[in-house]
Amino acid sequence: MNWESARQFWEMGGYGFFVWGSYGVTALLVAAELLLLARRTKQARALATQDAALARIDAERRSGS
Amino acid sequence: MKPRHKRMALVGAGVALLVGAVALVLNAFSDNMVFFFTPTQVAAKEAPQNRTFRIGGMVQDGSLQRQPDGTTVHFIVTDTAHAIPVTYTGALPDLFKEGKGVVAQGKLREDGVFAASEVLAKHDENYMPPEAAHALEQARKAQSTVVQ
Amino acid sequence: MSEPQSSAARLPGAPGFNLFHYASPQTFYPLAGRLLWPCWLLAAALCAIGLYIGFFVAPTDATQGDSYRIIFIHVPAAWMSMVVYLAMAFWCIVGLIFNTRLSFMMSSALAPTGALWAFVALWTGALWGKPTWGTYWVWDARLTSELILFFLYCGYMALQAAIDDPRRADRAGALIAIVGAVNVPIIYFSVKWWNTLHQGASVSLTAAPTMATTMLWGMLVMALAAWAYTVGAALLRVRAIMIERERHTDWVRQLAQGGGSRT
Repeated sequence: MNWESARQFWEMGGYGFFVWGSYGVTALLVAAELLLLARRTKQARALATQDAALARIDAERRSGS
Repeated sequence: MKPRHKRMALVGAGVALLVGAVALVLNAFSDNMVFFFTPTQVAAKEAPQNRTFRIGGMVQDGSLQRQPDGTTVHFIVTDTAHAIPVTYTGALPDLFKEGKGVVAQGKLREDGVFAASEVLAKHDENYMPPEAAHALEQARKAQSTVVQ
Repeated sequence: MSEPQSSAARLPGAPGFNLFHYASPQTFYPLAGRLLWPCWLLAAALCAIGLYIGFFVAPTDATQGDSYRIIFIHVPAAWMSMVVYLAMAFWCIVGLIFNTRLSFMMSSALAPTGALWAFVALWTGALWGKPTWGTYWVWDARLTSELILFFLYCGYMALQAAIDDPRRADRAGALIAIVGAVNVPIIYFSVKWWNTLHQGASVSLTAAPTMATTMLWGMLVMALAAWAYTVGAALLRVRAIMIERERHTDWVRQLAQGGGSRT
């Protein structure tokens, strides 16, 4: 075991700023990418559903007249 | 913003980025590909004269002298074939040590001393726990005493 | 797999399993959906194991102290930034040769994640350089060529976003992806070809690794986690791109009508 206390772990041998600055920003960026991806997927699906509904209405109207 | 304007802005940004990238490549390939000169190259007068450049090599064992003012240091940079004395005033990086790699930026004075304005540590690609490093050091010492 | 559903997708003379079967978006879409969760789970598990090894099993480094622990994120990110760019160039070449629209979509889907890795490699490198070398940044060959890689990703994405016609956007992007791929070997070999402040490779195909075993394992497991994450992110994004680009086609309409939440 490298660390005797949580404090020691946090300080990272005096390099806490650099180590946690690296891991923190990476975690943030990955989280941001996943959020953006989820939003994009949702938007794309909503658009497709809308498009399909319009197409169906269009088809019904054409077959009705 | 109209779509056309948005498109133009994006194309502009793309072109700017590409131009920037190409400029960086050209800049890098002209001077900075030679990030530092070795003492041998400096001895062969391959390094630029009267201009700032970098030297790289090893800090010679036992050459580090701290001056009385507390911030100025003298040391010798060597590549085992040639050596250059260096003087530097300022903070040294954590990994700056005798027997380890160093890159210093500055000018070569008339008297052959390299006046550094920036000193960077160049570490190697070896990663090991302190015990292993200690064992390695012991082995090296044992070997050198056998040779002597 | 022995009985492809649409025999029309089979090439004449092709054996039972047909790779081209999956080259069309409507067959690839559900396959990508099935692969998503395995990718996420694998990435999360590997990341947890890798971080545990990196922080609790791997010892402190003799010269750099604990600052070296940035390696567990820096090296995988740098590797991925190069691999993803090569994968983009590969899909662009496939797309130009076989004229398959899915190939270009794969390339577009990879770009943002590749850019993320390139940025992470630069960012963590800067934070590692300060305590060890004594500077956040120098213009040496390794750092400069990695920065150029990041700009190439940005240029690719900006160019694709700027052109409305997807076919033209694909072709323009392919040019950057393929020409820019020259930069990848330059990054990799820069530390050998030129004097750089950046140290040489600790792990290579030609020599034994110059790292303590547990350190090496932490790095390799984190690299595998980054692989799994990248595949997952690219598959999720390519699904969105497929719907965006093909929403006027029958298969997307059927998909949208048959309950949008299903995979």
